[in-house]
Amino acid sequence: MNNTAVVTSEFSRVARFVWQELKPRGQWLTPFNVISIPIIFVGLVILYFRFVYGIGSVTNLNQYYPLGIWIGFDVVTGVALAGGAYVITFVVYVMKMEKYHSIVRVTVLNGLLAYIFYAGALTLDLGRPWHIINPIIGNSFGYNSVLFLVSWHFLLYMLTMAVEFSPVVAEWAQLEKVRKFLSSLTVGAVILGITLSILHQSGLGALFLMAKPKIHPLWYSEFIPVMFFVSSIYAGLSMIIFEGTISHKVFKDLIGRQNHHHYEEIVLGLSKGAAITMFVYYFFQALLFIHEKRWQLITDAWGYWYLLEVIGFVLIPCFMYAYGVRNRNFGIVKVASVMALLGIILNRLNVTVIAYRWYDVDKYYPSWEEIVVTLMVVFTEIWIFRWIVTRMPVLSKK
Amino acid sequence: MDRRQFLATSATIGASVLSLKKANAANAKETKEFVGVLVDTTRCIGCRSCEVACSETWGNFVPDTKSDNALESRRDTSEKQFTVVNRFNTEKGEVFVKRQCMHCWQAACVSMCLVNAMFKTKEGPVTWNGDKCLGCRFCMVACPFDIPKAEYHSWNPRIMKCHMCYERLQEGKKPACVEACPTDTLMFGQKRELMEIARHRIYNHPDKYVHHIYGENEAGGTGWLYLSAVPFEQIGFRVDLGTTPYPEYTKNFLISVPLVLFGVPALLGGLSELSERKKEVRENEEWTDE
Repeated sequence: MNNTAVVTSEFSRVARFVWQELKPRGQWLTPFNVISIPIIFVGLVILYFRFVYGIGSVTNLNQYYPLGIWIGFDVVTGVALAGGAYVITFVVYVMKMEKYHSIVRVTVLNGLLAYIFYAGALTLDLGRPWHIINPIIGNSFGYNSVLFLVSWHFLLYMLTMAVEFSPVVAEWAQLEKVRKFLSSLTVGAVILGITLSILHQSGLGALFLMAKPKIHPLWYSEFIPVMFFVSSIYAGLSMIIFEGTISHKVFKDLIGRQNHHHYEEIVLGLSKGAAITMFVYYFFQALLFIHEKRWQLITDAWGYWYLLEVIGFVLIPCFMYAYGVRNRNFGIVKVASVMALLGIILNRLNVTVIAYRWYDVDKYYPSWEEIVVTLMVVFTEIWIFRWIVTRMPVLSKK
Repeated sequence: MDRRQFLATSATIGASVLSLKKANAANAKETKEFVGVLVDTTRCIGCRSCEVACSETWGNFVPDTKSDNALESRRDTSEKQFTVVNRFNTEKGEVFVKRQCMHCWQAACVSMCLVNAMFKTKEGPVTWNGDKCLGCRFCMVACPFDIPKAEYHSWNPRIMKCHMCYERLQEGKKPACVEACPTDTLMFGQKRELMEIARHRIYNHPDKYVHHIYGENEAGGTGWLYLSAVPFEQIGFRVDLGTTPYPEYTKNFLISVPLVLFGVPALLGGLSELSERKKEVRENEEWTDE
């Protein structure tokens, strides 16, 4: 009797608290709001047409390009860029490098939101999204399908990230006992999460293994899964650096000044990691280049495009990172992070869209509706991120 | 137990054992060979009866073969038509080629599908099940022949492709296109028999045919087989698909999945313990230093 009373009063307190927190705070007419609100609104209208009149009514997809930027950018690139969560949890919870502990929360939050929104964007692209439950329950498991594994790993990984982030939510809602329990699950969730990440980061590449006759030989190899996995490490690290730069400008008040020196050390450490993994990735590219005799292929426009990606957006930012770390030059590190991210976007779009059916005359290019919906997904994620960061103890502990 | 009862019981058991054996024998006989169709392009006159019969049977768009001049341009199967006939001008004159799903032995679309919506039936046709399909369209990515087509302009899109008239086969009939063909271009049967017939034709008319049966080994072998008088690249076939069954390309990845799934957590657990221990040692040292 007494217990139930306590639980009810606690529940109503939390409910009242959440209701209070849901109200908007701060200025309304910021440049970000002015741009993002109309785009989100237009995006919703486009989605209405997409669900009533079919995917073809708003996209440039056709029978030869079944996947556009909703998959190639939102899902395949978005998941690579969200790789930071598994890298940082590995460094902090497995290698026990306490130096990076202060960025775990924000990185895991970023990862979780990225998966919810970018993997969620998948449902916009599915022709029959109401059947999305079929691979999870039911009698129709395609055990031999890479896609089956990727979808399960997506789902489980989102759960592990939710577990990793849940102590923050409990702390925000002032539920001390719940927080303690959830914290005790973290290391297990981290280990499972890293394993699932290795598998689905590479699995996204494995989805394109059967498209052998369709992808330009400079981008196709049997090692796509390995390349996708290795590049997701530096993609994640670069994203943390890039996103941290912005967060430190926008959420200055939340972070506080005393952490600044500590943060610079973190950035240098991450840059070092990025430089090393980028070099490993470049080395693998070079091995493939020799092993598959790719020099025969680099004399035309596709060859130059390939060299631009591998040298211009992998090797050069790799050296820039290394130079930045050596000379404590943060300007160069920031530029390197942007270039590395562009390199990832280029690589993923090349495999999924640009070098896919490279021999076609009528190439696919995204419609304005596809671009608006993509921006809508990104902006909505930033809205949710901002809402959480300004309310929960993410950027700094209370 | 009296004697009568004992006899009755043992008789029942014996009979049931016998009938079990019989059932097994029946099962063994029922093992079916995959069926397919042999297309002899030297016989096709381009009348497009197959297109009409197919579309009429499955309620798709029925082309007006008399007046639509469709042979003037190169067409592909679409979400409205499971099969089309194209005309090619080759070194040996006009050649007409029917195009539809090849019904691969080990189909890329089937192994890509995460819910078995694309399904290789035990009779051989590759079918599609709309109650399972998510509409992810990865079957279209995987198919080396670009056969599955999506209904992009529907709120509830289907994946449209030839299913070798699976329902008609169940009734003991032939596929609609085969039945409609007036020139015996299309021949329905088990692949083993069709291969024998195809080889026989090449052997008897070595100058008439190129000595290759398209579909014998392409993409690991297909249910539909083609004979031609001219090299296959001249009549719209991709000859760079290789002979590896397409699901093989993902085999290495799929094998490594359980290894990673069980190996990596063990490794990470060990690493975590190790770094914990290191940290403790370091902290102890710092403490004694002070």
